[in-house]
Amino acid sequence: MNFTLKIWRQKDAKSKGAFETYEVENISADTSFLEMLDILNNNLVHAGKEPVAFDHDCREGICGMCSLHIDGQAHGPSQGATTCQIYMRKFEDGATITIEPWRSAAFPVIKDLVVNRSAYDQILQAGGFVSVRTNSVPDANAIPIPKADADESMDAASCIGCGACAATCKNGSAMLFVAARVSSLAKLPQGRVEAARRAKAMVAKMDELGFGNCTNTGACQAECPKSISIAHIARLNREFLAAKLED
Amino acid sequence: MGFKLDAKIPAGELAQKWSNHKAAIRVVSPANKRKLDIIIVGTGLGGASAAASLGELGYNVKVFCIQDSPRRAHSIAAQGGINAAKNYQNDNDSVYRLFYDTIKGGDYRAREANVYRLAEVSNLIIDQCVAQGVPFAREYGGLLANRSFGGAQVSRTFYARGQTGQQLLLGAYAALNKEIAAGSVKSYPRHEMLDLVIEDGEARGIIARNLVTGEIERFGAHAVVIATGGYGNVFFLSTNAMASNGSAAFQCYRKGAGFANPCFTQIHPTCIPKHGDQQSKLTLMSESLRNDGRIWVPKKLEDVKALRAGQKQPSEIAEEDRDYYLERRYPAFGNLVPRDVASRAAKERCDAGFGVNETGLAVFLDFKTAIERLGKDIIKQRYGNLFDMYEEITDVSPYEQPMQIFPAVHYTMGGIWVDYNLMTTIPGLYAIGEANFSDHGANRLGASALMQGLADGYFVLPYTIGDYLSHKIQAPKVKTDTPAFDEAEKGVREKIEKLLSINGKQSVDDIHKRLGNIMWEYVGMARSKESLEKAIAEIQALRKEFWQDVKVVGRADDFNVELEKALRLVDFLELGELMARDALIREESCGGHFRVEHQTEEGEAKRDDENFVYAAVWEYKGPDQAPELTKEPLNFEFVHPAQRNYKD
Repeated sequence: MNFTLKIWRQKDAKSKGAFETYEVENISADTSFLEMLDILNNNLVHAGKEPVAFDHDCREGICGMCSLHIDGQAHGPSQGATTCQIYMRKFEDGATITIEPWRSAAFPVIKDLVVNRSAYDQILQAGGFVSVRTNSVPDANAIPIPKADADESMDAASCIGCGACAATCKNGSAMLFVAARVSSLAKLPQGRVEAARRAKAMVAKMDELGFGNCTNTGACQAECPKSISIAHIARLNREFLAAKLED
Repeated sequence: MGFKLDAKIPAGELAQKWSNHKAAIRVVSPANKRKLDIIIVGTGLGGASAAASLGELGYNVKVFCIQDSPRRAHSIAAQGGINAAKNYQNDNDSVYRLFYDTIKGGDYRAREANVYRLAEVSNLIIDQCVAQGVPFAREYGGLLANRSFGGAQVSRTFYARGQTGQQLLLGAYAALNKEIAAGSVKSYPRHEMLDLVIEDGEARGIIARNLVTGEIERFGAHAVVIATGGYGNVFFLSTNAMASNGSAAFQCYRKGAGFANPCFTQIHPTCIPKHGDQQSKLTLMSESLRNDGRIWVPKKLEDVKALRAGQKQPSEIAEEDRDYYLERRYPAFGNLVPRDVASRAAKERCDAGFGVNETGLAVFLDFKTAIERLGKDIIKQRYGNLFDMYEEITDVSPYEQPMQIFPAVHYTMGGIWVDYNLMTTIPGLYAIGEANFSDHGANRLGASALMQGLADGYFVLPYTIGDYLSHKIQAPKVKTDTPAFDEAEKGVREKIEKLLSINGKQSVDDIHKRLGNIMWEYVGMARSKESLEKAIAEIQALRKEFWQDVKVVGRADDFNVELEKALRLVDFLELGELMARDALIREESCGGHFRVEHQTEEGEAKRDDENFVYAAVWEYKGPDQAPELTKEPLNFEFVHPAQRNYKD
């Protein structure tokens, strides 16, 4: 298969970027999207040009390192999959594919398609944990947890922190990301102890870092590579409201 | 010359060693901990859990990772589970049984005391993770669920869907975040360690490159912990993440740390087969699939031919024409034999011409029987995400047709030599998790890597490092404006300049692929004297070619992925040779190390307990010099090495 690629190139955080056009040829349909970029980059290196910088690592859809808006869609055309899990058979032979970095004020571009997502780390540092010390814990089976609660907690915990939700949201809101963590811990007895403090601290940090507000458009859920439900946002709102009422 | 190795194994009964040792080692008072600095390189399960635990204790911790966040470390990709000797299933599991399975699974090439300690602390890990909010799978009664894994006849594996590594890492990362917020840990993402700094024979810090700006930075500390995982990417194609590398460990080796059993590589039996030569990465299908999946190839070559030609679907091959070769050869363990055994058996069938795809390098993993027995819904609950992932990649639904799988490089049991305290041959330098060599012998059992990373980080290192640091309470802050730091930084800068100036014709990936081919062909699943000698010669020639003909574009003071890859390949080109040398002197077959000259009549690995019951510890002797071997004898006081039997 052959493709024309329109790729965002940007020298560094301070420079202005622009699209550049590249051609790739003889790509197998079984090639993954990022392998296709590997092939492009190898061609560029051979031509003495700088390869396109993009984030990636596990290539199994779990580390959350890969990103990219592909033809305007976060993580490309597949539902419930990250960019690294897309295969070229999803595209028409001869297609022109537009590739951009996350577009979000809270995720500034570092270079080309690479952005700085440290804001997500900062939100979790504000309260996305259970305050237990190593070894200061009861037996694992001391607290039975209904299977349905554990399953729901796991649904929320499958967030990989890739940033697609905030990058997709027209308001640049990180609500789905925050909700996933708050909700995952709120469904478990271990997490209840600090639930109020956690919800308030994480929401405050999210606001402080310049993420926008949620207006329930649901775009985040649609683009989330782990199909995390906006029902968790409802739970976050409940937790947040309950915490505020306690004040 | 050579090392004077002292493993510092405590005396006494196996079950008492760790308790006795903890009672005997020194501790550091809270006031003194505040004065001590620790550097941790890597934020996988080992690094993150160690950083969090040491931060809680009051040490000043600096933690480094090459990704944009500590949460991305490759531990996250572990799918199946984590072992612990809880005996929640009442199937007569115990600390001793987990110890025994692990040491037997490792083909009797690990230390008894280390492995016993690992089994002993395994239960604490599960308690810890549950308290952190790790959503392990549960039964309807609300208690924790378990499943079985290879090499065990009990169900002791705890899991969180097919994402156990991710959930455990998020737990450790959350603990780390708690300490970052508290100010006891400082995190340096997108930083890569490029050298270890030694003064007065002790580890004093690291030189790291800021991967965003390209700046070369110096960091000093009273102790340095390497938690950078394994070096499987020496094979280019592996299940490791793209950026996983052996460079931090290799810098330690270059600076005098012993490197043990480098040839012990785990080839995982259930990966998605390779599809072409433009592939960058192999994808693992969790071992947990072997709980319900049955592995087979056709009995008749004519069926193989029809499959390859696309004239027959696997589901059309009658039950009596299928060779469930693991069940045939190993009735007691069946499809749940350890990874090395399953991988070799797949290779044996493919070598005999029964490979089921056009390359001849694939076998079936079939869920037909399980779907008939349990229904599609239960199978979907158990493995849904893995089935979806398989279908994304191959365009084939495992609900309809069996998966095709083939072995691929997955894990390295070898690594930096450490004593019982997890300290290397360099005082003040520690290695934990996959980066060290200690616990898995010649083959690691499934669901044991997560266990070891967290055991080292949460429950071993926080105690043992205090024993060393108790001697440093009077030591001032480590200064980084010393000749040792100057020299290390200069070396790093020269190496980078050299790489950027060669301007040859081959890209870093071109050469890495060639190295990978040499490794897979000659240092892979079947090794011989001839193949290993060939590998050494070819790697030496390739290394020479690299330094004359590699093309690294871009600048030093910039975000430069090609330069990062080149720096890692420099070390892979050395590590590959070291692995081949180690495989060459180990004239026996054990675990994942299979020398074709040493096999039983049935084709099983044949150990040589007369001559090879030791860890091979290599010492660096300079560029292009042969390394020197020192042997650490392994003493089996409590179990008697026997031919591994998974048949009855």
